[in-house]
Amino acid sequence: MTTLLSVDRVSKSFGGLQALSECSLNVEKGSITGLIGPNGSGKTTLFNVITGYEKPDSGAVTFEGAEITRASSSRVFALGVGRTFQITRIFARISVLENMLVATQRDEGWLRGLTRSKSSKSELTSAMEWLDFVGLGRLADQPAGSLSFGQRKLLELAYVLVADPDVILLDEPAGGVNLTLINEIAEKIQSLNRSGKSFLIVEHNMEFVMNLCDRVTVMHQGADLVSGTPSEIRSNPLVLDAYLGGSDEDGEEVS
Amino acid sequence: MLRVRNVWWIVALGALVLFPLIETNPTYTGIGVSALIFMGCATSWNMFSGYSGYVNLGSAVFYGVGAYTITLLADHLNVPGNGDLFWLVPVGGVAAMIVAVPVGLIALRVRRHTFVVITIAIFFVFQLSAINFSFTGGTSGLQLPLIPWLETNYNKPFYYAALAVVVFAVLLSVAVRRSRFGLQLLAIRDDEDRAAGLGVKVFAVKLVGFTMSAFVVGMGGAIYAIFIGQIYPQFVFDPIFDISIALMAIFGGLGTLTGPLLGALVLESTQQYLAIRFSNGSLYLILFGSLFLVIVLFVPQGIVVFLGDWRSRRRARRAEGARVVLGDAS
Repeated sequence: MTTLLSVDRVSKSFGGLQALSECSLNVEKGSITGLIGPNGSGKTTLFNVITGYEKPDSGAVTFEGAEITRASSSRVFALGVGRTFQITRIFARISVLENMLVATQRDEGWLRGLTRSKSSKSELTSAMEWLDFVGLGRLADQPAGSLSFGQRKLLELAYVLVADPDVILLDEPAGGVNLTLINEIAEKIQSLNRSGKSFLIVEHNMEFVMNLCDRVTVMHQGADLVSGTPSEIRSNPLVLDAYLGGSDEDGEEVS
Repeated sequence: MLRVRNVWWIVALGALVLFPLIETNPTYTGIGVSALIFMGCATSWNMFSGYSGYVNLGSAVFYGVGAYTITLLADHLNVPGNGDLFWLVPVGGVAAMIVAVPVGLIALRVRRHTFVVITIAIFFVFQLSAINFSFTGGTSGLQLPLIPWLETNYNKPFYYAALAVVVFAVLLSVAVRRSRFGLQLLAIRDDEDRAAGLGVKVFAVKLVGFTMSAFVVGMGGAIYAIFIGQIYPQFVFDPIFDISIALMAIFGGLGTLTGPLLGALVLESTQQYLAIRFSNGSLYLILFGSLFLVIVLFVPQGIVVFLGDWRSRRRARRAEGARVVLGDAS
């Protein structure tokens, strides 16, 4: 397997808070990699750094061999790294379909938007296909703000997928979502993975992560603690320590 | 295909075209000219600020630049006082666009309230420049070539020129709303960082929108200048203009197509009427101030959206009622 996305000793601090300290991580091509760790261990910050929403203080991020450490968020997306947010960020006052269309342009020049209509026929078709894929097809004309929390998660997943990225970073895809929908999301991720997409998933739901991921990296206090297969992680004493003991008060159980 | 909504547009346009032919009193056609200028400007303001959420309270910069450009050009080129002056109106618009580029490069770096404050600050830079530079005539202003038309027909050409600008502004707004570019502006309004993260070149999109919106406002200023025949810094670089335009669009419905048109028509006509009826040019400020409060507190989405919601709610209730009746029957 070749490495698709790699994070090499990235550090980032906000004032006195060291959110990331020399954190490293690899996502293999065609894999589903899980990223777990206690709250405040820097998982979302790492996502922000990878996708260009935040610039790291030091370290390097490479995607398909090219460095993207300080690239803008639109550049990173154009190269093929898509992401969703823990607290969904959809465009609330435009329709569900229009939300999809915002993402279809991926690598279009800034002047191109002026001379073309909102969508081409093929964009419309693929937007509807992905909406149907996540089961939101019948809501295409509704304002996105009227969607429920779980539907917003699905919409965010769909509009990232419509741009056809190579690797998709999911920030708590199962957080606050009911059990049926969690299983649905897991199935979607697996079927996308079979069609060649790589994933990096942050999730607190252990069952979800352990069943889905090929490899898991555990983060603790801004650094990567251990990486390995789910079964290795489960039995690693360091992981149990990080979750149950140590300075983080909200220990979550590793099942 | 002719849909009901399109029929209403045609009826409205027809009424506006016929108005000065039926109502020949110069007082009222004069009100018409002012109302149309504001309708064009408010529509164009809305095309950027309404779609992108960047509330620009310095649009008088473009209005004033348009007015000064046409006045200085007419003098420089020795354009006689006749219909030829109208050919310079688009030049006023282009000048406003050129000015909008550096203004946008500065102001669009910041968001929300900071953006609003920066646009106000830039506006005052322009007003003070117009007062203090010598080529602008300072506080004594500048004269345009006198147009020797009869009073009864004087307003008509201005009326139709302003109407043409309104039609242009509306078509531009529609085109933008239907384009990918317009979708990008709306995405920026809802979540700018997310839009950037999905490949939207946010700064370029904002700057282009800002500049396009300046074009129509500049033309509005140019028509106003030749209509009045003389310009003063405090009248073309007028802070009340900044606020009026925004108020008109917000009153009618921010981000809608009909909202700014309706808002400008109602508010500007009322203003002019009050000024003439009570010979008091400042009376409307009380009205605008209290209206602004009422709108922001009770119908922040604007009249057009409010009425639309009310109508669809009523329709839904009626459908609900019908279902209940049917349910009883079965």
